[in-house]
Amino acid sequence: MALLEIEDLHVCYGRVEVLHGISLQVDEGEIVTLLGANGAGKSTTLMSISRLVNAKSGTIRFDGKDLGKYQSHEVVGLGIAQSPEGRRVFGTMTVEENLRLGAFLVNNEAQKESTLRWIFELFPRLEERREQLAGTLSGGEQQMLAMGRALMAQPRLLLLDEPSLGLAPLLVKSIFQTIRRISENGVTVLLVEQNARAALKLANRGYVLEVGNVVMQDTAQALLANPSVREAYLGG
Amino acid sequence: MEFFVQQLLNGLAVGGIYALVALGYTMVYGVLKLINFAHGDLFAVGAYLGLTLLVSCHLAQMLPPFAAVLLVFVLVALMVALIGYLLERVAYRPLRSAGRLSAVVSALGASIFFENALMLIYGARVFVYPDFLRPDFTVTIMGFSIPGMRLLVIVVSIVLMVALQVFMLHTRVGAAIRAVAIDQGAARLMGINVNRIISLVFLIGPGLGGAAGILVGIYYGQIDFLMGWSYGLKAFTAAILGGIGNIPGAMVGGLLLGVVEAMASAYFAVAWKDAVAFFVLILILIVRPTGLLGERTADKL
Repeated sequence: MALLEIEDLHVCYGRVEVLHGISLQVDEGEIVTLLGANGAGKSTTLMSISRLVNAKSGTIRFDGKDLGKYQSHEVVGLGIAQSPEGRRVFGTMTVEENLRLGAFLVNNEAQKESTLRWIFELFPRLEERREQLAGTLSGGEQQMLAMGRALMAQPRLLLLDEPSLGLAPLLVKSIFQTIRRISENGVTVLLVEQNARAALKLANRGYVLEVGNVVMQDTAQALLANPSVREAYLGG
Repeated sequence: MEFFVQQLLNGLAVGGIYALVALGYTMVYGVLKLINFAHGDLFAVGAYLGLTLLVSCHLAQMLPPFAAVLLVFVLVALMVALIGYLLERVAYRPLRSAGRLSAVVSALGASIFFENALMLIYGARVFVYPDFLRPDFTVTIMGFSIPGMRLLVIVVSIVLMVALQVFMLHTRVGAAIRAVAIDQGAARLMGINVNRIISLVFLIGPGLGGAAGILVGIYYGQIDFLMGWSYGLKAFTAAILGGIGNIPGAMVGGLLLGVVEAMASAYFAVAWKDAVAFFVLILILIVRPTGLLGERTADKL
């Protein structure tokens, strides 16, 4: 059974419809990537799953539960965490405070500490900068913090919105390696990316979004080989 | 020197009261970007509720003065906190998506409502707090004899401020309040129930404001139904002075404003103390438009 299942999702901002009925599913343990140009509706899809935007119609089911019946903070409790577009770290708080806020709903102190240790293993830079204010971190470090903060919630499904945006190529490579390690730890990943090549090399399957519609879906390998994908997203 | 120290302490006492009220303005602004114009009136409600408990409910007769004041302090803080909570639910939450101006109008309406409710219930005259509640001891520190009352007001306000600061900086819920003030959407992604946090802020701010109302009643001995406006304006000024939205800023702003006022009354003229206080505000805003400790630009005002 699919862990996440989106069916015919329509979303409007004001009177403008930005998602015209998209459907997708993510199975437990998979890495699925959502590709598309700016304005295709990738971030809106993630924000709909996290319930920060309301759907006009359609259903989103997580582990069999209809997310339409839950509020955004409850969705986190069900096991969905997001590292949002633009990172949105709490700039005037320290790295550690940011991470601990990620575990706001985790009551078990021992679990919280062991997750924190795991995140410091994944991102040693965060441990070095533990006491530093998040706003003073570099872009790459803020990205690590946003991902680490989401992982602190111990999610079953991790939503990543453009983790490679604005990062140096070497850092992009290391971020993608880390995503693989996170996935190997049993976390299901839905990855929104503009860096299609890197995303498809990492993912099991992919969806291509164009102006609010899913125009293609296939295994990552097939998409990498697909001529129209190559032309539009992989630079020929 | 003696005169200067006494004025300084007087300023700190008044400033501590301003600071306690200013915290309510600044915390609400922090999470909602709304100036709660009814906050000063909640402070006045606190002063009146305290009077009712002490006099009409005879608490002042039944208990020794210290115990009576302490009990009234706690009860009033709780009651005003509850009123603040209801205020948000009734006057602000339904307007959350309606744009900022609607909420400001609602706040002004709530302020008028509370002022008139006090006038109708208690009458439009000055009320006097039982004066045997005022501690009449003096403490001698470094050769200066300080009225116990003055010292007590300073100590109580500082203890409350430190307690709030510890709560904000060292608890999980305090961190959640700060997170909501920084980025509501991101806070929701952490699993924080933003509505609960806003309700909590409307409990804490008015609770502190209500406590400050009793401090005024006991310190000055008299209260009137318009005191919410005059003190509210000063406390709001203090919040701006320190940088609105910034909690330590409200504390510093309140204390500074109190001291400036006391010094202006002592060395210039009592009649000019408000003018001097606002002059200082204008000066500071010219040099630092975001207030003493404010970081963000004031464009949201």
